[in-house]
Amino acid sequence: MAAGVSAVPPAAEAPRESRWRQRAVTAIFLGPALVFLAVWLVYPTFYTIVRSFFDRDGSGFIWFSNYKELFTTDTLQTAIKNNAIWVGVVPALVTAIGLIFAVLTERVRWSVGFKIAVFMPMAISLFAAGVIWHLMLTQDPALGSVNAGLKEVDETFSSKGVLESAQGSGPQIAGSTKKGFALKGDVRPGQTALLGLTAIPPDAVPAGARQAVEPQPQDGAITGAVWRDFKPGGGKPGVVEPQERGLPGVTVDLRDASGKSVASTKTKDDGSFVFDDVKDGTYHPAVSSKSFSAPYKGPSWLGPKLITPAVMIAYIWVWAGFAMVVIGAGLAAISREVLEAARTDGATEWQVFRRVTVPMLAPVLSVVFITMLINVLKVFDIVLSVAPESSQDDANVIALAMWRTSFGGVNDFGLGSAIAVFLFLLVIPVLALNVRRFRREA
Amino acid sequence: MEAASVPAPAGAVERGQTREPVARRILRVLAKAPLNLFLIFIAVLWLVPTFGLALTSLMPADVISSEGWWKVVSKPSIATWDNYDALFKNNDLTKALLTTAEIAVGNTVLLVLVASLAGYAFAWIDFPGRDWLFVVVIGLLVVPLQVALIPIFSLYNKTGLFDTVIGLILFHVAFGMPFAVFLLRNFFIGIPKDILESARIDGASELTIFFKLILPLGLPAIASLAIFQFLWTWNDLIVALTFARDTQPLTVAIFSQLRQFGSNIELIAPASFVSLAIPLAVFLAFQRYFVQGLLAGSVK
Repeated sequence: MAAGVSAVPPAAEAPRESRWRQRAVTAIFLGPALVFLAVWLVYPTFYTIVRSFFDRDGSGFIWFSNYKELFTTDTLQTAIKNNAIWVGVVPALVTAIGLIFAVLTERVRWSVGFKIAVFMPMAISLFAAGVIWHLMLTQDPALGSVNAGLKEVDETFSSKGVLESAQGSGPQIAGSTKKGFALKGDVRPGQTALLGLTAIPPDAVPAGARQAVEPQPQDGAITGAVWRDFKPGGGKPGVVEPQERGLPGVTVDLRDASGKSVASTKTKDDGSFVFDDVKDGTYHPAVSSKSFSAPYKGPSWLGPKLITPAVMIAYIWVWAGFAMVVIGAGLAAISREVLEAARTDGATEWQVFRRVTVPMLAPVLSVVFITMLINVLKVFDIVLSVAPESSQDDANVIALAMWRTSFGGVNDFGLGSAIAVFLFLLVIPVLALNVRRFRREA
Repeated sequence: MEAASVPAPAGAVERGQTREPVARRILRVLAKAPLNLFLIFIAVLWLVPTFGLALTSLMPADVISSEGWWKVVSKPSIATWDNYDALFKNNDLTKALLTTAEIAVGNTVLLVLVASLAGYAFAWIDFPGRDWLFVVVIGLLVVPLQVALIPIFSLYNKTGLFDTVIGLILFHVAFGMPFAVFLLRNFFIGIPKDILESARIDGASELTIFFKLILPLGLPAIASLAIFQFLWTWNDLIVALTFARDTQPLTVAIFSQLRQFGSNIELIAPASFVSLAIPLAVFLAFQRYFVQGLLAGSVK
């Protein structure tokens, strides 16, 4: 203002010429930017609004039909529902994670290194981040890092059967991996049970397996063997032969005549097992179904059910750094004295955090939250790159639906425009908030 | 007495003084160990995905679809540059890399120029309706670019800008404009008024002031803006996907490979890594400006 006034004195001498000069200068400075804004932002906004009332090829005026379609088509409803989940979950989570990281990293010496590590994904495109997480979240634990990690945890914390699959080696054994394999014939104390299994690949035999041993009868006990009843060339089914290995660690149940399990034991390295002090009667020893477990598969992150959480993980990975840095800057501006005063008054760290730090950070937290809100409403690239083609319908969000409707083969510009206008309406309240904030700052 | 007795106690005191802080320091380090461990865990968690992609890109094509990247850690001898060799021999992808660079550099330069002019006008030239117009520009900040896709698609088809680098550059400049004007105007307004006024009194024209004074003084803000815009447009997918068919930048080229996912990770992994290595280098080199820009207006 004042600068403009200072330019006035010469204008007093030749008012008209100078005023035109002034206008020309203003036009040179402002013109190019305004042309860009008018052609690429303002005109398209009006065009899209008008276009949303016309049909697919733009020839017929159809009032609100496109909007009706927007709220009734299945994939679009999924998109709106998903976007609502995004809005409900992600901004809050990103802000919270950013706050936690910012507060914690203040207390360590290597905070710069930590900040760079967490902030780095911000430089990467959301698209490339999506590619990264597409690889990370591959279901096969041999390829996808996330499921490989889950598999390790799973194997550490749960006891698993030693075999994945098998069959009885002959008609004397009945059952399946789900029910277990039981000997059909009756076995009495003092007799032996031969539980031969086949269809076990050599490398699936548990480690430590040794040559199987023909069980010796014992008084009052039922002895037996579980072994891989197969050797190169085949061998005789139901007979323990050289080169046939026992199956260690297999759970064997002793079932009574009614099929109820009365005792249970595990096989030794040579596949042998013993049930001591068995009451007289007839029994059916059986390889328990506990011995079998399917290979660990892991959740299907990129499948239809988990695809939205999967994309969110990738998205949070990218944006946590942003929240951390902005909140960290706010934190640095809080006066140390206030915090120290609270501490000397005997407040615990948690109380200081809850009652002093967070309230004082409220403006910064809301900036981060609102920014994330806008971003989340417009989320697009990362969905496209994390979700495989097959689950894109399930991962759909509004911006993606807009693009797919307009350019992804359907090419319905009427409906596409309606979705774009809907998206625009959603961000207008945020726009209002932003304008207020900027005016205050400016 | 002084000469004899002083050294011994002094030494003792000194030792005592240094010993106590050492003990306290150890205690302090121990007390912070859980926190440090937790933060190290988080940092590793955050680095692993990118690291994993880097190692995946070094895996030979025949094991890439049957083994995870950690195979390279346990058996580094299998790492190979073959994928990168193949990548740089692939004409489509090298062309895409070049296109990406043209778009990113071109639109950044143009935006910086146009937005600085406007930012200067909003800060230091008095014209009617200035404040009102500035609010409109800020308001445009939140127009989602999805709103412009259909009209600009039609416009580009009519004017022949479809599938050209120029068309993409102009679109990016326009959508970078509100933030750029906002950022630069707020920075320029902080330049001391005296400098400008004395230049005006000396008879310098507005253009002279702009090029000789404003641009050099505004360099920190301009650098922030340039880095932001460069990263933003280097990383763009949606704009190029809409307005380009054969003039593909790298993201679009990778995306079309991704559509046949599974068989060609040996191409996607190194291409993605190249695509993120350059922004990453820019970010690490200019972190300070990046963070400044972020704090100046955390919107986009």
